[in-house]
Amino acid sequence: MATLEVRGLSAGYGRARVLYDVSFEAGAGEVIALLGRNGAGKSTTLKAMIGLVAKSSGEVRFDGQRIDQREPHEIARLGLGYVPEERRIFTDLTVAENLEVGRQPPRPATAAWSDDALFALFPALGTMRARRGDRMSGGEQQMLAIARTLAGNPKAILLDEPSEGLAPIVVNAVVKAIQELKRAGVTIVLAEQSQRFAERVADRVYRMERGQLS
Amino acid sequence: MTSSAVLLQLLNGLAGASSLFLVAAGLSLIFGVSRIVNFAHGSLYMLGMYVAVWLSGRVGFWAAVPLAALAVAVLGACIEASLLRRIYRAPELLQLLATFALVLLARDFALWAWGPEDLLGPRAPGLAGAVEIAGQAFPQYDLLLILAGPLVFAVLHFVLTRTRWGVLVRAATQDREMASALGVNQRWLFTGAFTLGAALAGLGGALAIPREPASLGIDLALISDAFVIVVVGGLGSIPGAFVAALLIGVIKAFCIGLGYSKLTLVAEFVVMAIVLILRPWGLLGRPQAEVRGTWTEVPIGRLSKRGAIAIALLALLLVVLPSLPDQYVLVLATDMLVFALFAASLHLLMGPGGMASFGHAAYFGLGAYACALAALTLHWSTAAALFTGWGAGALGAAIFGWFCVRLSGVYLAMLTLAFAQIVWSTVFQWDAVTGGSNGLVGIWPEEWLASRTAYYYVVLMVCSYAIFLLWRMAHTPFGYALRASRDSPLRASALGINVRAKQWESFIIAGSAAGVAGALFAFSKGSISPETLSVQRSVDGLVMVLLGGAHTLTGPVWGAAAFTWLQDTMARSVEYWRAGIGAVILVLVFARWRFSA
Repeated sequence: MATLEVRGLSAGYGRARVLYDVSFEAGAGEVIALLGRNGAGKSTTLKAMIGLVAKSSGEVRFDGQRIDQREPHEIARLGLGYVPEERRIFTDLTVAENLEVGRQPPRPATAAWSDDALFALFPALGTMRARRGDRMSGGEQQMLAIARTLAGNPKAILLDEPSEGLAPIVVNAVVKAIQELKRAGVTIVLAEQSQRFAERVADRVYRMERGQLS
Repeated sequence: MTSSAVLLQLLNGLAGASSLFLVAAGLSLIFGVSRIVNFAHGSLYMLGMYVAVWLSGRVGFWAAVPLAALAVAVLGACIEASLLRRIYRAPELLQLLATFALVLLARDFALWAWGPEDLLGPRAPGLAGAVEIAGQAFPQYDLLLILAGPLVFAVLHFVLTRTRWGVLVRAATQDREMASALGVNQRWLFTGAFTLGAALAGLGGALAIPREPASLGIDLALISDAFVIVVVGGLGSIPGAFVAALLIGVIKAFCIGLGYSKLTLVAEFVVMAIVLILRPWGLLGRPQAEVRGTWTEVPIGRLSKRGAIAIALLALLLVVLPSLPDQYVLVLATDMLVFALFAASLHLLMGPGGMASFGHAAYFGLGAYACALAALTLHWSTAAALFTGWGAGALGAAIFGWFCVRLSGVYLAMLTLAFAQIVWSTVFQWDAVTGGSNGLVGIWPEEWLASRTAYYYVVLMVCSYAIFLLWRMAHTPFGYALRASRDSPLRASALGINVRAKQWESFIIAGSAAGVAGALFAFSKGSISPETLSVQRSVDGLVMVLLGGAHTLTGPVWGAAAFTWLQDTMARSVEYWRAGIGAVILVLVFARWRFSA
């Protein structure tokens, strides 16, 4: 059984339809990438999966369970993490507080992320626990955004353009983190514009264009 | 003023600031998480006062204070869970109206439960005496109040920074959607924040009873003070509310201490104006992210054939109306016309302008009072008096609008309300000119307009022409520029439209039309009182526009007619008509929202 299964998903904003009949799946511990240009519908796909965008038809299954009717916080509590585009960390909060917001009780049979484990994954964050989000660089914010989602001990995470606008050295850190997560058995769905980045980390790549998989 | 008197006034101001801070902090907290401006927050304070007075006769003052805060907190939780929870995604305007309906319900509930007389509270046992400070007597209890503000501030600060709940509240204040995608259940946060905010308001009210009696009017007086504080301090910032409450409290105390109690409002206004010019988002606030309404605006179309026929029929009916035997119909029809113009002028701001004015009655009232004064004290002709009303509305809107267009959304709404409250208080207190609470009487038009029918025709002509002009405006280049500024200020200004100037002009036009309506109203009634420009009147206007549909041109006019009739019928037949209107508003809000969702 696939960890994540998307079947015939269509969604949009108001009357504007953005996704047309999108279907794909990701097995346990698998890293898959949705590769496409700006506006292809990658972000909308991820948002529809986590419940931030209402779907018009189709279904999403997580561990065999339908989640497309649920609210975002319920989906997150089932163990599906989401790291948005542009990171959206809480800039008024410190690093430690950001992690606290993402914190959920550990789940059986899933890697549990203590603060120490998170700071081992992103050593840079460990040195700035009391720093406010708005005093951090883009790369640091990206690491915090991933760490914040991991604090919820997710079984699978949706990563929206994690390499966007980052310096090569930071991109390397993100790649390393994704590989670590894969080793820990976390399923990852990645939205990406860069073919090079996608091929570096993904087991399989889906190409997306104008709201459809090709 | 001696230095000891200065010190005493300072302490007095700090004591008053504590109550203000408790209310403003609750308002800010609730707004932060839920983005709802709780109009009923002053009502929660008022209920806190009444409950505390009532309880202290039974269990004693010191037990009554926490119990009253608790009772108001429970009430707050019920309100949130039963009503507000349903409209979190609704446009701001509907939310504000719903909470205003709660104001009306709370007011009539207090009237029913405790009667119209002010209730004197007990002295605080053990702190009833005075201490000597710098050679003068200072009430012991006020020292406690001075401590209460910083104490509550410290507790709130602790809760928000040191508890998981507080961290989640701050996260949700910044980005609700992201917090929910991380597994945070917003519902409990909202209920919690609303309950805590209500508890603070109840506590503020309960603590105030040894200083001032519980009275029905305190709700709106307090909420406008709280709005000023929140605007000055920065919406959603608790430290900002604290600083602003101290500032305003001290300034108020000094104005009163120096014997210029009438200057209080002017001083408040000046402080607010300076802060808004220098820091439009308040002392410690930060710019609000644009919150887009979930209603997408459909461009206003031309008049449909059916609409044109309906208007033609209506015009015919209005012309032949005086030949009907029932003269009361004429009184009601005059009111309807006046309020149709009032609603249409408000609609220019709200619809094409995209600016929710919660103080539109200010221009209506300025028009009415200017017209009445021109006729009564200057003995000007009726026509000249009406023109004076027009000018007064325009001038008021020009001054207030200049500040308002610098803000947007709820900030703007709060500021318009604060301005209206300032005008109301000035009129209420300036006995020598405005007649104070008694108002002005004997405002009648000249001989040739003395008959009801003659005056009705004047009202009909003026109002229909003015409404026609307002409608036309939506399809002029000015109207297009205004709507473009509403839909996308950035793109509009990139096209060379001076967005603020357009918005300011629309304020002036709307204000002048409301001024005309007010002037016509004054002559039709023969007397006016501060009621003419009360918050209630402003909200009436909002309800009219909402009832008829803010996204149509003709809707507000129909809404005004229907609402005027409803209010007239209710006030004549039901004792607790305020609560009745509150209930109608609630039903409307929920129906509207259900319908559009």
